[in-house]
Amino acid sequence: MKRRIGSQIMASILVNSIYAMINYPVILINTLLAPLAILAVVTFASRGTLLPVAAVGALIMNMVSSGTSLQQDLSHLKNDMRLQDMIVSSPTSSLVYVVGMAISEIVYSIPTLAFLIILNVLFVKTTALGAFIIFLDMATIFTFSISLGFFLSTFTSDIIQSWGFSGILSPLLTTIPPVYYPISYIPLPYRYLAYLSPTTYASEIAQSQTGFYSPGAIGFAVSWIVLLSVTIVLTYLALKRSRWREN
Amino acid sequence: MKIRTESLSKTYDKKNQALRELSLDLNLNGIFSIIGRNGAGKTTLIRILSTELMPTSGKGFINDLDVVEKAEVVRQEIAIVPQEARPLPWLTPLQTVSSYLMWRGYSYREAKEKGKEALRELGLEGKEGEKSRKLSGGQKRKLMVATVISSEAPVVFLDEPTTGLDYLSRKELWQLLSKMKKDRSIILTTHYLEEAEILGDQIMILDQGKLVDIGGIDHLRSKVKLPYVLKVHSGNFKIEDDEVQVQPVSEKETFVYGSASKIYGLVPYLLTNKMKFTVEEASLSDIFEQYLGNEEEGGNDEKEDW
Repeated sequence: MKRRIGSQIMASILVNSIYAMINYPVILINTLLAPLAILAVVTFASRGTLLPVAAVGALIMNMVSSGTSLQQDLSHLKNDMRLQDMIVSSPTSSLVYVVGMAISEIVYSIPTLAFLIILNVLFVKTTALGAFIIFLDMATIFTFSISLGFFLSTFTSDIIQSWGFSGILSPLLTTIPPVYYPISYIPLPYRYLAYLSPTTYASEIAQSQTGFYSPGAIGFAVSWIVLLSVTIVLTYLALKRSRWREN
Repeated sequence: MKIRTESLSKTYDKKNQALRELSLDLNLNGIFSIIGRNGAGKTTLIRILSTELMPTSGKGFINDLDVVEKAEVVRQEIAIVPQEARPLPWLTPLQTVSSYLMWRGYSYREAKEKGKEALRELGLEGKEGEKSRKLSGGQKRKLMVATVISSEAPVVFLDEPTTGLDYLSRKELWQLLSKMKKDRSIILTTHYLEEAEILGDQIMILDQGKLVDIGGIDHLRSKVKLPYVLKVHSGNFKIEDDEVQVQPVSEKETFVYGSASKIYGLVPYLLTNKMKFTVEEASLSDIFEQYLGNEEEGGNDEKEDW
């Protein structure tokens, strides 16, 4: 049997997003609600002044949510359905499985992404280069969150534990850090704590392209270095240290 | 199909030994049943052979391919339905089977065609568009079997495929498996000894991670001291003889185990006293009890259920 990687990736996308959306359309609303709820609160509370920051922040949250959703989905498929055991024993490799599942999370959030992209085009003022930098920023934070999600999912033994992980990650990576608002809004002693979260660096990069934050050339470079380093380390851990085949 | 293990061992958490230096060299055709008490190492063995689990030491081979070093090649040849595997409730049976086939490398179109064929073969036609959560327990199990059978993998592992099913559903699945063994080797673990006996062309008894015996039912029967059973339809039947074992089963029935000569030797007495009885060869349950009945129960229940 010839191994078709395209089919293997497509299988993950079909199972984890397309079939789920076709068979249960109500979940489309679910994906929209989380980023839009915070976006609305921040926009109303700031009387509209933070709408551009929140619009970019909602994109970051969407990317991070893909990782936490992936963690939950993989954990559910592995522990409750035993699907992952069947995949481990099949010609699909862990990398191909995760790439498929990661794309499925993007497909799953297409309605949200489409809405947020329109919002960004309408309200966020940036240059073509700025838009490209924001795109690279989103791609990096997506890779970070997907790697984190896969890595954690292989260590979970049941869905409750998995909820525990995502319950911790979501606020720590998206709600508390300055994703929906500029970091300058955080008083100084606490600002350092924000730098513990990789999403702070992703936000700084995005906000620097929208005029809401000016980190300077060094600050901009440091943000990239930290974000890329964390992403590379996590991707390495996900590829090499996650438990695909049980020990 | 060949299965070979060399001193295969598995220890969980540095203390629970699920497999202990298991060495096998088997040529398999048809269905191979693995039986044993909870914690005997059945699931651990097939999880290692199906490349899901790493052994602690020793080696395992399928068709001379090392399941650790040549896992990628082995995975082309095998398919497994793990213990407690269930169809995803939001998928239809056709989506379930075809997605699995796509993970095995089939194109979308091929997967759909083969999926329909497998569902028809397993008597699930007409259900292909329904959500899996609406299927009965028996249909869900059949669907899982259809999923791996459709892959045309020459070696299929089924870990307790009929657990929780009613007798008639189990029987239906037995018929399907008997039909399917013609084209592939099936390695099956089960707690239903009747199932192991009916389906198994070869049967392996494991206990506490060690091989107890292996062979066809006649071979296993030939190895026990009491290969025949006399079922007397009376709860009060008594006999003084050290070479037979009398076991009152209920108020209505007593079982007497012994050799053929001992058991048939009792027949004239029963006929004279107009007692109702039947004489049978010992079933796998009887044989299993004789092999393991007097040993202390042990093993790693927790890990076996994994």
